[in-house]
Parts: sequence; C-alpha cells; structure tokens
Amino acid sequence: MPECIPEDSVGIVQPRLVHFDQPLELSCGRTLDSYDLMVETYGELNADGSNAVLICHALSGHHHVAGYHSMDDKKPGWWDSAVGPGKPIDTNKFFVVGLNNLGGCHGSTGPNTTNPDTGKPFGPDFPIVTVEDWVESQRRLADNLGIQQWAAIVGGSLGGMQALQWSIKFPQRLRHCMVIASAPKLSAQNIAFNEVARQAISRDPQFYAGHYYENNEVPKTGLMLARMLGHITYLSADGMREKFGRDLKEGKIGFDFTPQFEVESYLRYQGERFSGEFDANTYLLMTKALDYYDPAEKFGDDLAAALSNASCQFMLVSFTTDWRFAPDRSREIVDALVEAEKQVSYAEIDAPQGHDAFLIPIPRYMEVFRAYMQRVEADTPALAAKGGR
Amino acid sequence: MRSDLDIIKNWVKPGSRVLDLGCGDGELLHCLTQEKKIRGYGLEIDHDNITCCIAKGVNVIEKNIDDGLASIKDNSFDTVIMTQALQVMSRPELIVDEMLRIGKECIVTFPNFGHWRARGYLAFRGKMPVSKFLPYTWYNTPNIHFCTFKDFERLCVDRNIYIDERTVVDNEHKDHWWIRLWPNMLGEIAIYRITR
Repeated sequence: MPECIPEDSVGIVQPRLVHFDQPLELSCGRTLDSYDLMVETYGELNADGSNAVLICHALSGHHHVAGYHSMDDKKPGWWDSAVGPGKPIDTNKFFVVGLNNLGGCHGSTGPNTTNPDTGKPFGPDFPIVTVEDWVESQRRLADNLGIQQWAAIVGGSLGGMQALQWSIKFPQRLRHCMVIASAPKLSAQNIAFNEVARQAISRDPQFYAGHYYENNEVPKTGLMLARMLGHITYLSADGMREKFGRDLKEGKIGFDFTPQFEVESYLRYQGERFSGEFDANTYLLMTKALDYYDPAEKFGDDLAAALSNASCQFMLVSFTTDWRFAPDRSREIVDALVEAEKQVSYAEIDAPQGHDAFLIPIPRYMEVFRAYMQRVEADTPALAAKGGR
Repeated sequence: MRSDLDIIKNWVKPGSRVLDLGCGDGELLHCLTQEKKIRGYGLEIDHDNITCCIAKGVNVIEKNIDDGLASIKDNSFDTVIMTQALQVMSRPELIVDEMLRIGKECIVTFPNFGHWRARGYLAFRGKMPVSKFLPYTWYNTPNIHFCTFKDFERLCVDRNIYIDERTVVDNEHKDHWWIRLWPNMLGEIAIYRITR
C-alpha cells in the first residue's frame, strides 16, 4: 500500500465502463449485440487527438496499467514501471489508454458478466474471441474517444500481437507500433503449454463445464495449476537458479510431499493468488486467442505479404532468456518487415528474467523504450511544436 | 560528418534502398535519409549506438553481422555499405560475399595495414603497430583481420568481384596527389565500390 503516491506515478485513477451498442461480428461467426469495455486513461488528450497511446494487455492483464485505485492498493497497475509522468510512456505528454479486452474478467463483457439473453453469467457460452476481434473492438473504442490516429500502440506478448494486428488491419490509424517480447504466431510448443493449462482447468471437478458460477464454486486447483505452469514458462532457467536455486524453506529436506524448496512454495503462492482473482473461463479464452493468431496464414504463410499494407513505424524488443517468445520469434517479424520495406528498429535486451522481463524496468530496456517514445513524440506535431517538457 | 562518409554519400543514388552494416550512431543513414531520401536500415551491436539511432529516427536492427545475413533475401538492397568494420569480422571474405548477394552494389572502407607508418612500426620497432588511429594492442584489438589495399584487391580478383571505383585518402579522409601515386604505401583508408 502506498503511504504516499510517488511523484512519477499517475496517482489515484478510476476506470470507467464504455458501452457499445453496435453489434460486433466475431471471427467465430457469432455476434455480440452489445458489450462493455472497462477502460482507464492517463494524461490529457490534446486538441487534435494526436497524442494518444494505446496499451494492449497480455494474457492476464487488464485496463489498470498504472497508478492506484485507492490508497489501500498493495501494488500499482501492471505496467506502472513504464507509464507515468517522466516515465518512458510519459503521461505529461501522452494520453494513455488501457482497456480490459472482450472476454476478460476485469469488468469488460466476458464469461463472468451477465448474458442479457438469459440473465445469467455467459460462462462457457461466451463466444471465443480472437486478436482480430479485440482489435476491431479497440478501433470502436478509438472512435468513441475521438482518436483518429494513435501516436503509438504498444503491447507485450499477446499485447504485441494486438499491436501488430492494428498495423495490418487499420494501417492509417497508428503512426507507431511497439511489439515487445512477442511472436507472429504460436509455436507447437507454445500451444502445447496452453493445452496443458486448459486441461488443468477443465478437468477440475469444480469447473462444472464452465458453469461454476451457478454452483458458487471456482475451479481453483485447475487455475492454480495453469498459472504455475504458465509461470514457469515466464521465467528462465537462469532466472530461477538466481532467484531460488535449490534453497530450502526449512534448511533441510523433510522426506514428505509438503513444499520444501523455495521454488515450490513460490509457485504455489503465485498459483493460489492468481486462482483467487482470475476467471477460469477467461483463462481458457485468452489461451485460445493466443493459439489462433496467425496473420500470415491467409497470405500463404508469407508474413511479409501480410504486413505489406502497414504504414506505421515499428519497434521490436525481445529478451535474451525469454523462451516463451524467444528473440528468434521477434526476429521473424523484423525480417518480414524489412522484406516488406517497412520502417523497423529492433533491440535484443540482455536480461535473465525470461518472458517476464517485459514488465520489469531493466535499465537498457527502459533506455530503448524512452528513446523510441522520443521518436513518437517527434512524430506528433502538436507535441514536437511544444518542444517537449 | 566524417569525411569518408561524405565521399560515400556521393556514391549513393537518391531514393535507393540502403543497408549499413555496423552503422554506428546512424550518422551516415540519417544524412542519406535527409539528403538523398534513401530508405535504409542499419545493423549494429553496440548498445549506446543502437539507442542513438533509435532516438534520431534511424532504423536500426540489433544484430551481430558475424552471425550471417541469411535472413535477408538476394538483391533486396540497392547498396550495402560497411565502413571500417571489415577488419573486425571473423570471416571477412564471407561477409563480402553476403554483401554482394543481398546488394546490387557494395561500398566497403577499411584501414590500410600497408601504410608506411604501419610498415615502419613493425620493421623498426619489431612490434605490432599501435597508433592514434589504431590504438589497440595485439591482444585486445577488435581488429582481427587487417589487410592492405593490395590484399583486398587480390581477394576481389580471386572471388570475381569487380572494383567499380576506389578512392584512397589519408586519416583525415583527404585525397592527395602523392597518395594516388603510391596508394598502398601512402593511403590510410580506402573506399571501394564493388559489384559482382
């Protein structure tokens, strides 16, 4: 809990629900007649609406990117290290928009919200949503907020896929696209991990085929296992060795099956905490959106062709020990962008933290981030004219 | 602007697609973009240089050139440039081949190890040359493949590479009549335009 709000924090912030009445046709063929998106914004939108930055969240993220909801909050938003006054995405200059994607469980329409047709939670009946559907819903949010062209769209991991999709689907509506620790599509190994996570959830006796809300239960064990597995893939072997090694909680092994190694209790703690705050149906949906994304598929697996309409500038960042979305996966995107003759820069950050590194303020990462956002600023006439602050 | 870059600038056609291997702080690409409207990328491994490029709006891709350029398609660039980096490559001859594969033409510059000062240093002191221009000692130098102009031109003959143009200058990148007379002895830096 913050005793006082740090100077470089956006401070106490409040999310709001934005309602959409225009039916949304989804990739799966179904339609959402109306829906809500939970949105949080920081900074001020300038007169010509040119200083807006969209933050796309990853698997378990949401609209609460930075700042605190109350003085009782233990932690700030999930990307507070990068968003705030004087931070790489400087809220003194940019109007920053975070949202909870459709199908999420933090206030936007999703499995845990009420289906207007039945008066009950959507549960497993919530349609499978894709990265393409999210980008369409985000485009409508931009219209609603009066943003014709984003100064930048920034996303890490699954968020990076959304940023990439924007550049393909709505090339005129962004000037810069920052894709961090991401991939152009999942590998078989990635999909395999997701499938184990889904099995853990759906085979939990408390899952009730997704109708657990009616039984007032939560498939906690399944969610916990899914998260524990996920968490291992977010860290690196080096990072785990550094953080836990073979350290024992009690200093000696106990010849029983209670958690004795530090790494065991850490994973259990993370899993349990997550299972108390995340929705199982949403977890299933998010992993499916990851699995399905493959923008090159319609172009004969030619990613350069898929990106040929993009007109924004790109910044790609990867982390050396990330094995979930390894640097090679970012390089695939970079190579395709070079082939498609797009403007692109790429930095590979040396970091032991694995995939999680994208959320950590590693000095060189922040330096590159800051330098790129200066470029975004220079390409935003209203900001460049002011000469920055 | 370094004056060798000034010379190179004049060899690059307006509007062309340029790849700069070891682009440093992006000065050449920045200038070519401003003045010649080229579309370019730089490859670089030095972190500070990469940040510099990003800040000034130069497209920079973090990549170790020694790992190869296999991901870049044949003939995808009009001009591939490498300034003062050939001597740090682990396989210079393969890099030159790769440059000629991905570029229609290439511009290469490197320091001349056949310059009289280097020859004199080794001849009279019996030690590997160390100078203001090449300040490293033999064990810590990144320059692991020194050559002379004659060596490079021999490589070109052996590998069927045409030298379309050559300018030899002193360490201030100035051209002099005596350098033209005896380039391999008196020239310090050569700038070559090559094709295959």
